[in-house]
Amino acid sequence: MKKTMLVMMTMVLALTLAACGSKNGNETSGGGGAEGLSGSILAAGSTAMQPLVEQVANKFMADSKYSGITVQVQGGGSGTGLTQVSEGQADIGNSDIFANEKFKDGDATKAEELVDHQVAVVAMSTVVNKDIAIDNLTKQQLVDIFTGKVTNWKEVGGADAKIVIVNRPSSSGTRKTFEKYGLGTASEDLPGNIQEDSSGTVKKLVGETPGAIGYLALSYLDDSVKKLKLDGVEATPDNVKAGTYPIWAYQHMYTKGEPNEAVKAFLDFMLTDDIQKTDVTELGYIAINEMQVTRDESGKIVKK
Amino acid sequence: MKATIEPSTRSSEGANPAAPTPGEAVSQPMNVSSNQSTGGKPSGNKPVARKRSRSGNEWFGKTYTMICVSVLIITIFSIVYFVASKGLATFFVNGVSLKEFLTGVKWAPDGEPQTFGALPFITGSFMTSILAACISAPLAFCAAIFMTELMPKFGKTVMQPVIELLAGIPSVVYGFVGLSVIVPFLRSVFPGQGLGIAAGAIVLSIMILPTITTIATDAMSNLPRGLKEGSYALGATRWQTISRSILPAVLPAMLTGVVLGIARAFGEALAVQMVIGNAPHIPNSLFESASTLTSVITLSMGNTIMGTVQNNVLWSLALMLLTMTFVFIFIVRVLERRSLR
Repeated sequence: MKKTMLVMMTMVLALTLAACGSKNGNETSGGGGAEGLSGSILAAGSTAMQPLVEQVANKFMADSKYSGITVQVQGGGSGTGLTQVSEGQADIGNSDIFANEKFKDGDATKAEELVDHQVAVVAMSTVVNKDIAIDNLTKQQLVDIFTGKVTNWKEVGGADAKIVIVNRPSSSGTRKTFEKYGLGTASEDLPGNIQEDSSGTVKKLVGETPGAIGYLALSYLDDSVKKLKLDGVEATPDNVKAGTYPIWAYQHMYTKGEPNEAVKAFLDFMLTDDIQKTDVTELGYIAINEMQVTRDESGKIVKK
Repeated sequence: MKATIEPSTRSSEGANPAAPTPGEAVSQPMNVSSNQSTGGKPSGNKPVARKRSRSGNEWFGKTYTMICVSVLIITIFSIVYFVASKGLATFFVNGVSLKEFLTGVKWAPDGEPQTFGALPFITGSFMTSILAACISAPLAFCAAIFMTELMPKFGKTVMQPVIELLAGIPSVVYGFVGLSVIVPFLRSVFPGQGLGIAAGAIVLSIMILPTITTIATDAMSNLPRGLKEGSYALGATRWQTISRSILPAVLPAMLTGVVLGIARAFGEALAVQMVIGNAPHIPNSLFESASTLTSVITLSMGNTIMGTVQNNVLWSLALMLLTMTFVFIFIVRVLERRSLR
């Protein structure tokens, strides 16, 4: 009996190790085949982009021209999406920030392999609790609030109330966009501030907590929170398109190398005027081909 | 694929080791009593049936058990190996010092310079789960006494199913209820924003209530009847019987329940993350935003790239959770051994 146990344990251990070893193996999802436009596409990543990609994917699959292609959309976060597309597990990696902002130092080569496809623009607005009387903050005031120099609303022209910051975790792409284009500097993880990753929770907390300030994508805004102007400029799609309002980010769909035909068909479909004017705009994004400015990853803005 | 699946498997795994153990914990004292009372009776009529298909049954049962056991062992080993290899890479590949990790109070994996002090999360986890057990344990013990001693019929038919129902509610529902009810309540009564360790502990205390109650109830209903009857025969009142003979007898089992409850609270992620506020600092009060090991993992896991130090350090936190679960299970084993004696 003892011997049997020993043999079994050895076997188990060997199997375990073998199973672990195969983890790094190639697990491509059988992407688009050679026979014209058929195959399956796996798009994974940013949960913020998931509703958009899903909706477009459903339209794409309903289109008779592309009936041979199935598109599967998964969430998991921008980091997961970039990891999976870079390792070949997914065909498309959805991300709300540039890949080389995530792949740093030793991994920088991985970012070079990825091809960027910008499919939409998302704009963010600073939001506050409805009890806050002010409706404009300068960039400097915003920086002071998010780095903890200003802790009371009366210091920026409001009533005497404590400022409650509702931030995102430091790994969040939304937070990186806000810091880079809104503040121009990193914000601090101050003691007592709140961090939530989900936009729904951020909206709920800002709406309910007295003195709260946070930031949300335009698609999440409603009457429960109050939108603030930045340096007198309101966060509207028109201001973003004209390049006067700075806090916005591209929605990226990365492929590893140039996409195969099926993936390319899907990406092209995403960029058609029809989709950009209906689905993209309806879901609160800004159509990419209506932008009058372009911006590269270093933040430099060029008029088209 | 692996990245998205692994965290969820792990977090449910945190609760899973707890699941089989309660049954074990209670079945053991029962076995002891049944062995004493029935003696060697069952062996009397067995040999006849046994001879008929002995070899076939024996072979089938043995193989089936072996397969199941090896699947289990492979799964557990793979999970431990996966978490450990990722978690240890932080220290061996990325060169983060273990001392800084365990005792540092500043957490800034994306900052300049990067710092990885996990102490705020460790204290947050311990404070929420122990506070949750402190709230939950008295409620659970009283419920168990009520269900076994005071009103056994009502308890068995109504109260026990209701309490066990709590175990079946998804944790996101607890989190949302906490965010919509408990947080506004705490915000209006106490200074602060309502989010924090107190809110987390209250939500968790409801979540672990079924674990502690079920174990305490089973332990009490499995007590030999003679114990209670003896006490009554000596003229003790009902309260004297409960407090002097029943409670001391089931104390080890109840402590087992509490430890399992703490283990479950320790591993709970989503509900806590929604109500605790997630500031990576050791809070000054129970009503100030704080973090736990699980909340920081769920917040950042999807946003980080596999293989980077930001991702590996989250696996180190997961490894720490795993180690703590082992410690809790070890404590349960020690308690069980004491209750058998």
